[in-house]
Amino acid sequence: MTTTLVLRRIGYSAFFAVILAFFAIPMLWLASAPFDSRPGLGLRWPDWTLDNVAATFDHPYALTSLVNSLVLCGLAMVVTTVLAACAAYALSRVRIPGRDVLLYVLLLLSSVVTGTAAMVPIFVMMYQLGLINSQYGTALVIAGGMLPAAIFILKDFVDAVPRSYEESARVFGASPRQILLHVVLPIARPGIATIVVWSFVQAWGNFLLPFLLLRDITSQPAAVLMRTLYDEGGSANLTVIPVFSLLYSIPVVVLYLFVSRRYGFRFHGGIKS
Amino acid sequence: MRATDSAGLGRGRALAFVAPALVLIGIFLVFPALWSIYIGLTDYALTGPSSVNPRLVGTGNITGALSDPLFGNSLWLTLLFVFGSALIGQNVLGFTLAWSLRGARRGLRRLVEGLVLLAWILPSTVVAYLWVAVLDRDGGTLNALLNTPGTAWLVQYPMASLIVFNLWRGTAFSMLLYSSALNVVPPSQLETARMVGAGRFSTLKDVVFPHIRGHVLTNTLLISLWTANDFTPFLLTSGGPDHRSETLPVFIYQQALGSGALGYASAISLLLLLVNLVIALVYLRLLRRRG
Repeated sequence: MTTTLVLRRIGYSAFFAVILAFFAIPMLWLASAPFDSRPGLGLRWPDWTLDNVAATFDHPYALTSLVNSLVLCGLAMVVTTVLAACAAYALSRVRIPGRDVLLYVLLLLSSVVTGTAAMVPIFVMMYQLGLINSQYGTALVIAGGMLPAAIFILKDFVDAVPRSYEESARVFGASPRQILLHVVLPIARPGIATIVVWSFVQAWGNFLLPFLLLRDITSQPAAVLMRTLYDEGGSANLTVIPVFSLLYSIPVVVLYLFVSRRYGFRFHGGIKS
Repeated sequence: MRATDSAGLGRGRALAFVAPALVLIGIFLVFPALWSIYIGLTDYALTGPSSVNPRLVGTGNITGALSDPLFGNSLWLTLLFVFGSALIGQNVLGFTLAWSLRGARRGLRRLVEGLVLLAWILPSTVVAYLWVAVLDRDGGTLNALLNTPGTAWLVQYPMASLIVFNLWRGTAFSMLLYSSALNVVPPSQLETARMVGAGRFSTLKDVVFPHIRGHVLTNTLLISLWTANDFTPFLLTSGGPDHRSETLPVFIYQQALGSGALGYASAISLLLLLVNLVIALVYLRLLRRRG
């Protein structure tokens, strides 16, 4: 081997060593601190124990907030999936007047009106409607924000489904309702599964909207409690925070693994899915 | 796309299918966006007399913003944040990773991609805390690694910390996009470049770049938009110390809920909405031309 080739190999390995360290180091804490008998902020080989898990389960709000997250995200997910599926199907198959303009505006809305840009009017609106601290209200706000993108992802899926299935079912005298439930729905299942997971994960990680709209700790989801826990500081919380962050992160990682194994990691106009 | 009503839905039922989604989008996206124009013209406040009877102040909030040093400060910090962490940071690192992972061994490739993706999908409150821990003054891992005890990174270098954090957090998207873009480059052209002895830089510039120009633009637009709207800096520094990391989203939050100046905050959000609109229009134009 020539010297330049050796140098190039060394440079290549060094580059990946630095990259791996940069990405791994912050995350290693999440694997060690939850099981350390004296968890700190730094990295160290843990002195193994499960006491922190017990302490987290005893925390007055930790498990409640995870349940709150489930309710909030489940609701937002169901609303998003059902409404987006209906809209995507109709927009894909029926020439509604103004359809192209509508699609264009929806695509614009999906990226322009972000939670950050609309936080003031959304807060004022929910405040005046007396819906602060309402989990249903917050779920609807989150669903409304996800709908344009969800409609687009699903419309892509429906567009790819051949029309011949529906047409032959129709020839055999099936009603529109039967066609939708027994023909279209089963074929569109991968698309619907993607939206179910995508909307759930988006809502699960959403911090800003629940933080603005749910001010009462008993109705707050895990994303907001996480912030409350470390904002208060104190060493007592260091037994709870590591386990809690792990519990809160696991569903996201599991769902991503499920989708990427089952349907492959795909791009939908720049949306994580 | 040809639309044929293959299930025999009919126009009426089709409209009924679309309507519920449109109602929700109308209430929670379109209405707030339009309403923020009106709120931005008033002195509406969270508490005090203007919370009951907001007065119209016209362009008062805009002229107020122009002479507000804190607004100028946050505009500058947002530009710095977008430029440093997205435009340069995520773009360059994402491309470098995609490019150098092409020839890497399968195991290494999966490991790097897995870690970069994990940084992207973990919930924002969790990653924010992970970085608060790494950068902590007393027990933080970074100080132990660099042997710089007592350095409070988030206090002494808040903006630089945020930029590095966002590089870590968001590079996955650029990496994925460039990985799929690089598949478009014909291997025969790379082979030819190698045979004629083209250097690495000229290969990238003359062979690779012309094929992926559209992807570079798409990527840059999207990550800039997301970074400008990112609320995660709030979770790391809350804008402090002394407004030194107060990007626009954090500024809007602090004005609206910290100081209760809802009218003023709304006028500022309008600016963010306009910037988003411009970026999105350019992006859609590009998509249309390519698609």
